[in-house]
Amino acid sequence: MGYKTIIEDNIDILVAGAGLGGTGAAFEARYWGQNKKIVIAEKANIDRSGAVAQGLYAINCYMGTRFGENNPEDHVRYARIDLMGMVREDLAFDMARHVDSAVHQFEEWGMPIMRNEKTGAYLREGRWQIMIHGESYKPLVAEAAKNSADKVFNRICVTHLLMDEAKENRVAGAVGFNVRTGNYHVFKSKTVICGAGGASNIFKPRSIGEGAGRVWYAPWSSGSAYGLMIEAGAKMTQMENRIVLARFKDGYGPVGAYFLHLKTYTQNAYGEEYESKWFPALQEMVGKEYLDPEVSHTTHRPIPTCLRNHAIISEVNAGRGPIQMVTMEAFQDPHLEEIGWHNFLGMTVGQAVLWAATDVDPKYENPELTTSEPYVMGSHATGCGAWCSGPEDVSPEEYFWGYNRMTTVEGLFGAGDAVGGTPHAFSSGSFTEGRLSAKAACKYIDDGKAEGIVVSDAQIQRRKEEIYKPMETYTVGRNEIVAGSVNPNYINPRQGLDRLQKLMDEYCGGFGVNYMTNDKLLSIGLKKMAILGEDLDKVAASDIHELLRAWELKHRFLTSEAVFQHTMFRKETRWPGYYYRGDALKVDDENWHVLTVSRRDPKTGEYTMEKAPLYHLVGDIEDKDLAKLKAEGHH
Amino acid sequence: MPTFVYMTRCDGCGQCVDICPSDIMHIDKTLRRAYNIEPNMCWECYSCVKACPHHAIDVRGYADFAPLGHSVRVHRDEEKGVIAWRIKFRNGKKDMDLLAPITTKPWGAGHPKLSEQPAPSAEMRNSELLFNEPKYVRMDDGGLHTLESNGLEIKEGVYY
Repeated sequence: MGYKTIIEDNIDILVAGAGLGGTGAAFEARYWGQNKKIVIAEKANIDRSGAVAQGLYAINCYMGTRFGENNPEDHVRYARIDLMGMVREDLAFDMARHVDSAVHQFEEWGMPIMRNEKTGAYLREGRWQIMIHGESYKPLVAEAAKNSADKVFNRICVTHLLMDEAKENRVAGAVGFNVRTGNYHVFKSKTVICGAGGASNIFKPRSIGEGAGRVWYAPWSSGSAYGLMIEAGAKMTQMENRIVLARFKDGYGPVGAYFLHLKTYTQNAYGEEYESKWFPALQEMVGKEYLDPEVSHTTHRPIPTCLRNHAIISEVNAGRGPIQMVTMEAFQDPHLEEIGWHNFLGMTVGQAVLWAATDVDPKYENPELTTSEPYVMGSHATGCGAWCSGPEDVSPEEYFWGYNRMTTVEGLFGAGDAVGGTPHAFSSGSFTEGRLSAKAACKYIDDGKAEGIVVSDAQIQRRKEEIYKPMETYTVGRNEIVAGSVNPNYINPRQGLDRLQKLMDEYCGGFGVNYMTNDKLLSIGLKKMAILGEDLDKVAASDIHELLRAWELKHRFLTSEAVFQHTMFRKETRWPGYYYRGDALKVDDENWHVLTVSRRDPKTGEYTMEKAPLYHLVGDIEDKDLAKLKAEGHH
Repeated sequence: MPTFVYMTRCDGCGQCVDICPSDIMHIDKTLRRAYNIEPNMCWECYSCVKACPHHAIDVRGYADFAPLGHSVRVHRDEEKGVIAWRIKFRNGKKDMDLLAPITTKPWGAGHPKLSEQPAPSAEMRNSELLFNEPKYVRMDDGGLHTLESNGLEIKEGVYY
């Protein structure tokens, strides 16, 4: 295989993966490092890559302090209750205090943000969401990143991080291959900002066959954020905290604008309100601190998303499904009807296609909802990702080691899905995290922390052999059989992915088992994972495109292994509606009011797990309504 | 929903290949035209459909749940800054045209070049501020929020 080795040397800041997090990093890095060499390596084309490739119809994280709407601590409190307490509040506060400045710049760059004609403020969909015409969201932010970067390498699948050989646990760049030419690319860099994505398609999806790509999170989100960082020995946090989405059936079209702006609501198949009847028993499981419908009714405090999922799952199991979205009222208003359709066209076109194909007109019919397969990510309403340092002026000592958003590997930073414990960042918050990482990475370099990095030719050569091994495996094994895909020497990436998804579904709490698992199932699952890991050494790729799928699979595998380990470690059911530990069906604040932190030893592959303390912001941050209720003795 | 390419419209220019986030639009070596090589990794994101200069790419809903006979077509115009959609139902009863802006400015005109900005001061470097801050946080003269400014502490334990 005569693929060339192309070395890009003397990079200061390498952005590995440029979705919203990575573009934010590349953009900002130029300001703090005006003479620094900034390079982007992206698996696809940064004009349409990452989770926002398709566009968005809302920005879900905007404080609106400018319009007197929310302060950063309000956002922290919201994320905290939604995630049942498990949030890195230092990181969340930090993101929230900067996020508006990102959004205001987006508007300046040409993003059409809708305005409330009466107040002049941005048009709110809900308390945190503003409405945009965001079809070109990604090309717009990509333009900013391109203005700042020295070089953009599109179509490079980054497979591994390079590690310094002079100083242990320090990053030295990354390697990968070009999915068009097949060439081997080496990026020698003083710092790496990992902006790669979270993981879709690790749990068996509800859709089958041709429809397997109709997943909620993008199918190209291959868990590479975690695959890259775990493999390098970075500590991870909250990897058990997978998310299950209640969405329009099959198309997984978004429901946010429907609930919040169009004021649609759900009911069971018999037209009944179903949620409240599940709450008393659920309150027994999670405690009044986490579920108090009275408080939620009178204040801004939301009922955690997982608990609302629990009500849907329970109602369907009781035989009164499907749950339906009542659209027939709102859609009588032609303006709202138009918004309903625009909402899909702006970010999930497939849902519009599905309704057109099935003649579902929400004006005359209430569409079905379903709960999705689980996803592992860190930027939407969940917080999987790397254990990162927070900002100096906010973080307690356990959360601070010198540079904002730096992982436990020196010189390796994160943004977006890569950073753990920061749910509800969404697109704007991910971009903001990228900016924070970039500033910190420049400081790290300026402080002389990246001096004397050594990368040997042996390391570069070893990775090259590893990267192309699936093609070698194919070439050697292929001629033993006449034709077809059944071969005793190897599996192809699709076969490996199918096996991973089935295993995750059945042993780690997928939709097929109603999101249920326990210690025994997890143990069996982990054994099977170890064997799958061995078989993935024999994954075969017939061409460069399949080689891309092979490495995506390996990243998904590493992600899944961490999910198993974390799920096993946390002996409680913290998020009913996301998953259940049948052997520990309650929230256990006495033992598990902590963040889970893991590290996979890069040499042995062994996991060590630990608990990290959970800090909360306290002070004058309560809702006035909530304070009143408390004063009246309700809480 | 998986994309497909009309034989008579595609000229093999490769715009779709260049833009597809999933790397599934490839050029057929014999026919020298594009096609979807892996429909089950297609997110129906329409990136290729929008990028095709000949409107040669269309979408047919996933075979596992979407019946035949529908259409969702799009025309994205970067110069005019708009995107136009047409949705047609299978039963023919609904046929909608929808138009939305995609930008408020000529493409790229609003983007700054950070290399040409005055370099940040040492004080700025040692602060928690990002580019354009604090101004852009609230678009006024206010400073960045801190624990102190907002009367907050960060404490270990269980507080609700």
